[in-house]
Amino acid sequence: MIQLTIDGQNVSVEEGTTILEAARKVNIKIPTLCYHEDQAVKAVCRICCVEVEGQRLLPTACNTPAAQGMVVRTASPKVIKARKNIMELILARHPQNCLSCSKNGQCELQNVARDLNIQEENRYKLELRRVEKDTSSPSIVRDMTKCILCGRCMDACTAGQEITVMAKENRGYHTNVVPPYGKKLADTTCVNCGQCVQVCPVGALSIKDDTNEVYRQMEAGKKLVLQMAPSVRITLAEMMGEEPGTVSTGRIVNACKKLGFYKVFDSDFTADLTIMEEGNELLQRLNNGGTLPMLTSCCPAWVKYCETYAPELLGHLSTAKSPQQMFGAVIKTYFAKKAQLDPAEIVSVSVMPCTAKKFECKREELKDSGYQDVDIVITVQELAKMIRTAGIDFKNLPDVDFDQPFGLGSGAGQIFGATGGVMEAALRTVYEVVTGKDLAKLEFEAVRGFEGIKEASVDLEGTTVKVAIVHGLGNAKKLLQQIREGKADYHFVEVMACPGGCIGGGGNPSRTWKKVEARKHAVYESDKNLPIRKSHENPYIKQIYEEFLGAPLGEKSHKLLHTTYFNRRDLLR
Amino acid sequence: MEELHVLLRNRGKIEPTDAAAYAATGGYEALRKALAMEGAEIIDVLRQAGLRGRGGAGFPTYRKLQFAYDAEGDVKYIVCNADEGEPGTNKDRILLSTDPCSVFEGMAIAGKAVGAHVGFIYLRAEYSYIVPVLEKAIESSKELGYLGENIMGSGFEFQIKLRSGAGAYVCGEETALFESIEGKRGEPRFRPPFPGVKGLFGKPTVLNNVETLANIAPIFRNGPEWYRSIGTENSPGTKLFTIVGNVNRRGIFEFPMGVNLKDIIYDVCEGIPEGRKLLAVQTGGASGAVINASQIDMVLDNDSVSASGGRLGCGTILVIDDSNCIIDIVRNNLDFFRDESCGKCTPCREGGTRLYQLISKICEGHGSMKDIETIKDLAETMRLTALCGLGHSTAVPVLTSLQNFMPVYEKHIDGDDCPVCSETETETA
Repeated sequence: MIQLTIDGQNVSVEEGTTILEAARKVNIKIPTLCYHEDQAVKAVCRICCVEVEGQRLLPTACNTPAAQGMVVRTASPKVIKARKNIMELILARHPQNCLSCSKNGQCELQNVARDLNIQEENRYKLELRRVEKDTSSPSIVRDMTKCILCGRCMDACTAGQEITVMAKENRGYHTNVVPPYGKKLADTTCVNCGQCVQVCPVGALSIKDDTNEVYRQMEAGKKLVLQMAPSVRITLAEMMGEEPGTVSTGRIVNACKKLGFYKVFDSDFTADLTIMEEGNELLQRLNNGGTLPMLTSCCPAWVKYCETYAPELLGHLSTAKSPQQMFGAVIKTYFAKKAQLDPAEIVSVSVMPCTAKKFECKREELKDSGYQDVDIVITVQELAKMIRTAGIDFKNLPDVDFDQPFGLGSGAGQIFGATGGVMEAALRTVYEVVTGKDLAKLEFEAVRGFEGIKEASVDLEGTTVKVAIVHGLGNAKKLLQQIREGKADYHFVEVMACPGGCIGGGGNPSRTWKKVEARKHAVYESDKNLPIRKSHENPYIKQIYEEFLGAPLGEKSHKLLHTTYFNRRDLLR
Repeated sequence: MEELHVLLRNRGKIEPTDAAAYAATGGYEALRKALAMEGAEIIDVLRQAGLRGRGGAGFPTYRKLQFAYDAEGDVKYIVCNADEGEPGTNKDRILLSTDPCSVFEGMAIAGKAVGAHVGFIYLRAEYSYIVPVLEKAIESSKELGYLGENIMGSGFEFQIKLRSGAGAYVCGEETALFESIEGKRGEPRFRPPFPGVKGLFGKPTVLNNVETLANIAPIFRNGPEWYRSIGTENSPGTKLFTIVGNVNRRGIFEFPMGVNLKDIIYDVCEGIPEGRKLLAVQTGGASGAVINASQIDMVLDNDSVSASGGRLGCGTILVIDDSNCIIDIVRNNLDFFRDESCGKCTPCREGGTRLYQLISKICEGHGSMKDIETIKDLAETMRLTALCGLGHSTAVPVLTSLQNFMPVYEKHIDGDDCPVCSETETETA
């Protein structure tokens, strides 16, 4: 152990601990901008500089290891002056229209400037980067005038997802973070996962805001039917300032009603439907010598990744649509008929933890209802903004149930939110369908948790089914390589683009692994408390097959609930 | 004043690409000696000799070797920093183009000391014309068994590889240089980890300037006592000085450390031409201190120059006569630094351009005392908080010129028209 003094306090830390970590241990807050607790240390913003006795310069706390006997001052006048000067340089390049910024109130730069008590008039002329806002992507807006060059987005895209859509161009004062060859984001290999948005400390990268489209459709008198993804109830309250992992299902339904949505449905229902279709597809592939391993297709970022980087392996993707798109197709057919509505009058909206869903709903082929199956996707962040805009007292809102006839999703649908959840849900159903027996224990512990690639095998009456679960595209890349080399002897693999699964998705409040861990805990807790925990036991699932769809993989299911994929290799050129 | 040619001993006397010609002058004998020694012994010889780095910081060379020697790992690297980017500096170019084998020999000895079998020479992009010379000299040395596998029958292998920069000044900074060799954007890394522990390709690495490496063979040939007998106590040996600017005789000269700056200007370089007067001297290149004419009675070694607020650095001396304006010179320095900032850290990326803008404002006669305060404040912040040496040293010419030429600044602020400054145009960012 190393003993050091920080602001007069004795601190004892392990060797290799940085000054920043040591200070946090004793609740001393050193401001940071480029530092992100889940990423490699960058030490580029220099705002965390501190004074160390005996050192001429002001080392940065984020990368300087604590040393035996070190005497650190984190807030001496010299340090404060240097920090203010660095902040002044940053602010002289940063737009001053904070009040109309998507990050207003959530901006780390704003917070650090406030903490540094910046009041003095800036001594430098305001000079913004002369770059156009890139609104080409359906998911992510790039406004590089706001970029402070912290490098977090590049870390998320390169070290995290191993895609590298963005890198630095030019040098010095003209440095800018851009897609290659002057391309617009929409024309790159970006899979819209939004992990870059998740870590951007300012408003340089933000979620494409579609809330105005929702208001516009309401004003036009359309019937807005909302579906809510499993993760949304896990992360929305967090976006409203509550503890990570606070589940607020009934309050969200209530708020959405107040916002004017005609119906509020639970995507857990179509998660169950996905399990019925995908599970049966797996059984069919197993029995008929189909392409294996079968890969899940519910994550649109992963689907685009596969279409771009491994189009030769598209036959491995399950043809089942994602729960969002299944719901879209069902709302404008089954529901419209049942409710005696003209599908043209329905605007199908979904609220998602995901930025890639905005891309997915615009895919040309997803119009099987005869209309665009899902019209608008808003993220958790956007729904939270709508709730605030409407002045709804979210914290004290009473619970309201989801609307019928899709009023119920099973626990299996609920756990879709966490990595391993789709697999666990599928196993619960496949096991019981194949064996005809009840599972003694519903929890498949081997498929849970945040390990990059998880493996498990299940005995189905003599047939061993080998499965794997992959999250984060770096891990997906490894999986694809294994398949190419014939080394992936799995039958079924769940793939989620975002680390942690949907609860770590790009549409949620800003992530850290600590928060995602709390969200995961909430996912499995809510599964435990649900009356029905297996997709095939959901009475409404039984009902929709009886009344409308027929059988899984049947003709109607095939038309409405399954889809095709495209080779996007051209994006690599 | 007589030059003492230790490093330049073979300049113009041998065919640089011919290892046999180099060997005929006693070349590679030092390597033969070192090959019979243990790594620790080799490092100890360099410690006794007191050799300090010739690239800029003057760090004791034996300590760099010691770090890599102590580091765990089978793969270690020697890197020769030939990215000579300091404006006005040419000494490494002369060494590499006239006596490359002396540099190879130093690299091989360093390799033997730390257990490295590969050395990289990172050559400045603008020196690409030297590549054929180096390639031939490496080939010739290998043919004669002075480099490559089983050197001189010792069983020791040392290969030298060439890598070219792409024109960025910052790639002379050791960790940015590693990034560049690794094929990445040339940006410095933070420390620790230090290169001796985790350098090129993540392996323990010793990086030295060309001139430093050229000093190693003579030390082993003649012994550390001989080396100590040259130069000053804390800076032994000779030093190459590149003298540029307003003197009658410009060029590269080799003198023992501790030579007097005044003697170099007025004796060796034969004074200021056309009857003009000396205005200022900048030592150590663009990142060096700007001193005034009354300060030139100065001993040139690492410690004395540091005391003036600058550094001996690479030994470049810019002599400035009174046809120049010091603020214009500083503006020129800043134009260089803002252009060469890699953009990685905030203070250098933003500060370099802001300093340039403020100095330009003063040049143009629009400055105020408030601007001088801002300049001081900003330069100090850059010096204290920038990530690498480039950001730290951008402040040096600014702060030293303010210290030594304040009346000139005041004159510009008072609105007196400066005939020099009005000639130069300010670049817009």
